[in-house]
Amino acid sequence: MTNIPSDLKYAKSHEWVRVNGHTGVVGITDHAQHELTDVVFVELPAVGRQVKAGEACAVVESVKTASDIYSPVSGQIVEVNKAAVDNPALVNTEPYGGGWFYKIQLSNLAELNNLLSPESYKAQIGQ
Amino acid sequence: MLKRTPLFEAHQKLGGKLIEFGGWEMPVQYTSIMDEHQAVRTAAGLFDISHMGEVVVSGPQAETFLNQTLTNDVRELAAGRGQYTLMCNERGGVIDDLYIFRLMRTEFLLIINASRINQDVEWMTQRVASGPYASDVKVTNASDRFGAVAVQGPRVKEFINGCIVGYSAGPTEVDQASDLQKNELGLFNFNRMVIYVARTGYTGEDGFEVFAPLQIVAIWNKLLEVGRPFGLKPCGLGARDTLRTEMCYPLYGQELDEHATPIEAGLGFFVALDKGDFVGRTVLAEQKEKGVSKKCVAFKMTDKSAPPRPHYGIWSTGADAKHIGGVVSGTQSPSLGIGIGMGYVPPQFAKPGTAIDIEIRGKRAPAVVVQKPIYRKPTRG
Repeated sequence: MTNIPSDLKYAKSHEWVRVNGHTGVVGITDHAQHELTDVVFVELPAVGRQVKAGEACAVVESVKTASDIYSPVSGQIVEVNKAAVDNPALVNTEPYGGGWFYKIQLSNLAELNNLLSPESYKAQIGQ
Repeated sequence: MLKRTPLFEAHQKLGGKLIEFGGWEMPVQYTSIMDEHQAVRTAAGLFDISHMGEVVVSGPQAETFLNQTLTNDVRELAAGRGQYTLMCNERGGVIDDLYIFRLMRTEFLLIINASRINQDVEWMTQRVASGPYASDVKVTNASDRFGAVAVQGPRVKEFINGCIVGYSAGPTEVDQASDLQKNELGLFNFNRMVIYVARTGYTGEDGFEVFAPLQIVAIWNKLLEVGRPFGLKPCGLGARDTLRTEMCYPLYGQELDEHATPIEAGLGFFVALDKGDFVGRTVLAEQKEKGVSKKCVAFKMTDKSAPPRPHYGIWSTGADAKHIGGVVSGTQSPSLGIGIGMGYVPPQFAKPGTAIDIEIRGKRAPAVVVQKPIYRKPTRG
């Protein structure tokens, strides 16, 4: 049974965002890490980069494939998780904790309404 | 509609993640590629290889026909022995790479790639029809009649006799399956049915491949039962690919196709130029003598980087760096913990130790050409 925390917003493409004021923390879901298995490399956006919601801005590589990660929200990247770059397995072991990808200064809070609730995400992945 | 092997339900029951491969619906992994890879390197792994093709070539002229159709010398094969070989077109391009076993003096079993069954059978059938062999050679595509599994890893010899019980009366006569030597094949009984067991594989580890007309599900289940205490895990195509890439074994469609020759692919060892004429010989002999314009090399990433992948560009290094070739296989090596791969480059870049760059998403990451195989088993002191 996959873990879907109730305090997060989700994108159809399996990213999550944890919002605190105007700052969001972004990562990939437990379901996504389970599907990818064995994350061996994480490539994160440059700090300061402006991204749009739905824009590919990070790459996560398993043994088998490279997968794009799409930003669930628009804004400016303010911090990236170097620990996940140094130890990509964190994405598998702590997808909602130590395996986060980046922090973003949200430019449009209204976008959050386009994201999925935990219940909707759960339904989308057929759980 | 994708084809399914007799083990399809077994894969579903084991939680296998299914993907398309060569027209078949096959498990890519059950738990994780990393786990399954390590199981094969340290203990044992079980693979469904039922998608592979089986062709029987028989008749008084079978040996002559095969020696004129394949690159290696089948005359070297005593009954019960197998060899790796390639089937080329007139340009020396590879139609398929395969394993051939001599079952008896006038009968051979060919294990061919799933994606090439139609091409191989058509090529051989046409050559028989148009050549001087007439009714003295019979090509039988038995692919639909066979299921097959590979059981691979250093501990397999400890439990194989618990599944394949008893002796082989031929073509290799042994008291028990574990007495088969590398590349030997015997006929054994399983539930009173005759099955083929060969000491071969595609992982770089010791192991066996079992080809059986009917009992493959029962053989799979029995192997899982007797092998589990030794660490046996079911393994998917993902681990099969990382294992063979570490060993630099070619995969048809990546290292090999009709536009690459065995010499260019670095498989000259399996081309017997001295055996007499065979299809492609003229081109291959010329390449051997005068050299090739591209060569398949193995490489390792030298820094921490994203893993190389098929189709990534290969660049020379330095001030006048240019695009020199492309990656054909690439992955993270589970055994070495770094990116590894194979690719085609001009021969002046093929020497082990040559620095190259791999273009990953527009950025160049340093790599070095290495000797094949990329992975060597640690020697036990």
